Amino acid sequence: MIECSEIKKSYIVGGAEMQVLHGVTFTIRTGEFVAIMGPSGSGKSTLMNIIGCLDSPSGGSYALDGQDVSLLCDDELADIRNSNIGFVFQSFNLLRRADVLRNVALPLVYAGMERHEREKRAKDALGSAAFPEEFWHHLPNQLSGGMMQRVAIARALVNNPLLILADEPTGNLDTKTGEAVLDTFQRLNMKEGRTIVLITHERYVAEHAQRIIHIRDGAIVEDSSVKNRRIADNHHDETK
Amino acid sequence: MTRPSDIFEETAIALLANKARSGLTILGIVIGIASVIAMVSIGRGAQGTIQSSIEGLGSNLLTIAPGVLQPGRGFVSSGRGGAQTLKKTDADALANIFGVRYVSPEIQRRFQVTSQAGNNTNVTVIGGREEYAAVHAMEIENGIFVTSANDRSMSRVAVLGPTTAQDLFGQDGDPLGKTIRINKINFKVIGVLKPKGGTGFFNPDDTVIIPLSTMEKIIAGSDYLSTIAISVTAKDQMAPVKEEASALLIERHHVSEPDFSIVSQEDILGALSQVTTTFTLFLASIAGISLIVGGIGIMNMMLTAVTERTREIGLRKAIGARRRDISLQFLAEAIMLTFVGGVIGITLGWMVAVGISRITGIATIVSLQSIVLACSVSAVIGIVFGYYPAQRAAGLNPIDALRYE
Repeated sequence: MIECSEIKKSYIVGGAEMQVLHGVTFTIRTGEFVAIMGPSGSGKSTLMNIIGCLDSPSGGSYALDGQDVSLLCDDELADIRNSNIGFVFQSFNLLRRADVLRNVALPLVYAGMERHEREKRAKDALGSAAFPEEFWHHLPNQLSGGMMQRVAIARALVNNPLLILADEPTGNLDTKTGEAVLDTFQRLNMKEGRTIVLITHERYVAEHAQRIIHIRDGAIVEDSSVKNRRIADNHHDETK
Repeated sequence: MTRPSDIFEETAIALLANKARSGLTILGIVIGIASVIAMVSIGRGAQGTIQSSIEGLGSNLLTIAPGVLQPGRGFVSSGRGGAQTLKKTDADALANIFGVRYVSPEIQRRFQVTSQAGNNTNVTVIGGREEYAAVHAMEIENGIFVTSANDRSMSRVAVLGPTTAQDLFGQDGDPLGKTIRINKINFKVIGVLKPKGGTGFFNPDDTVIIPLSTMEKIIAGSDYLSTIAISVTAKDQMAPVKEEASALLIERHHVSEPDFSIVSQEDILGALSQVTTTFTLFLASIAGISLIVGGIGIMNMMLTAVTERTREIGLRKAIGARRRDISLQFLAEAIMLTFVGGVIGITLGWMVAVGISRITGIATIVSLQSIVLACSVSAVIGIVFGYYPAQRAAGLNPIDALRYE
């Protein structure tokens, strides 16, 4: 479903060209749970931006679900993101002033969906993300970190995307809540067959995926399936 | 694409999130709009007052004065009465022109007038005939006006304007039958006029009217007229009467160029409304400056909001907001601020205008025109001053915006 071939990305920094990705090639199939792992500065964030259609590669091609997206304009990329990709960020990025339901439904606002349908889907997504109903009308700052990340996951699910892209989703959480979030991803992958790409610098986190693509200095150094996969057995008992 | 109702909701949430800041920004617009409305209403009020009081001087009125007006200097600045060319016989001849209703030959001088009680006042004394009242739309409050019999017999009788009557005899005194002295000659008061209100240039309430012949022979000692006022039967007769009167007087005075000038009410109104229009424009532009300052306040607030909400913008773009969605959202906030400010400003401006006329007595007119103007100006300000911040927000790169601290 994701076909990256010879992806290159370079930036002009202070007049000099700096190449961040030196031709990265890999494929991710539908239903896979893949971790992209690498230390900071390895180019994994740049790669994530390209996979997430937030940025275009300077060279090579990227096809998402058979469509070459490397040459699309900003607004076309925005539409692709809106309908095909669900983002989960390290720092949650929820709207402070909007309650949980509204935060979750936000991608559907930009899809132009009417309110009733939006709310129905948002509630379904919150269910999938194991978010308890009693907090639906809370504001984000009334929730714990783990709960906020569940809201973000529900928001990523709400448009029923081809791909969920999680950028260090456990980075701001303690081990226990982090484990619960990883459990949510694993369940979404196994029970709902969601395709998930997880970006992390921690091997421990990466080992929750089926396969790890290891990046260093802008190139893939290892791409292999996880032999002793960690299964998060913490079954969401951390509802605050 | 975002639905309009969603944009509206987002806007309301965003503005309510920072009530103090939104309120102060709105206040800037409120002050701007309110001052435009109030200032323009004062200007319009002045215009209206002048118009009605000039029309109150008499309807369909032509005034002939000796001497020639300098072109472009207008009636008001003319220092009329300088030349002595008009005579009573001219007035009698003018009465035969078709379309003339009344002709009123007049002599005007300023004199010191004293009452027996010792009060004295310096007023315009007008020598006129019976027709004076009809031509100038004067009405009698008490007693009678100067009659043609008075004129024939050179009676020493006087009709007082209400202001003069009050000056000479006090608030409650009854001037009828009393004696006043004009230029040391005794006159008997036979009537008091109804108040008409001043024009600012000439106050018809502060006059004394005596028979024309008395004025000529006893007071002024001259039979040259200051003015001849003509009342015309209908508005559409004004131009032909003016032309014919001019031709007649040229012939009678045996001159090739007019040695007199004929001014109609429209001429005076035209000259004065030019003044009041300039005045209104002046007031409006002062108020307009505060409106622009209010607009800059909006731009300032919106730029701050864009910076503060950089991460939010990044997120919105990441989950699929297009440039247009973002720019519309910020533009809508700016327009909402000006709209609310505009509505409050119009109400406040209206109240100020009413307050001004209550307290100071200056007439004010809040016209629909100025409300429409204020509304459209505030909408334009919202768009103009909201556009740049909105574009800035829309142009943010989602990756950088998401990382912004």
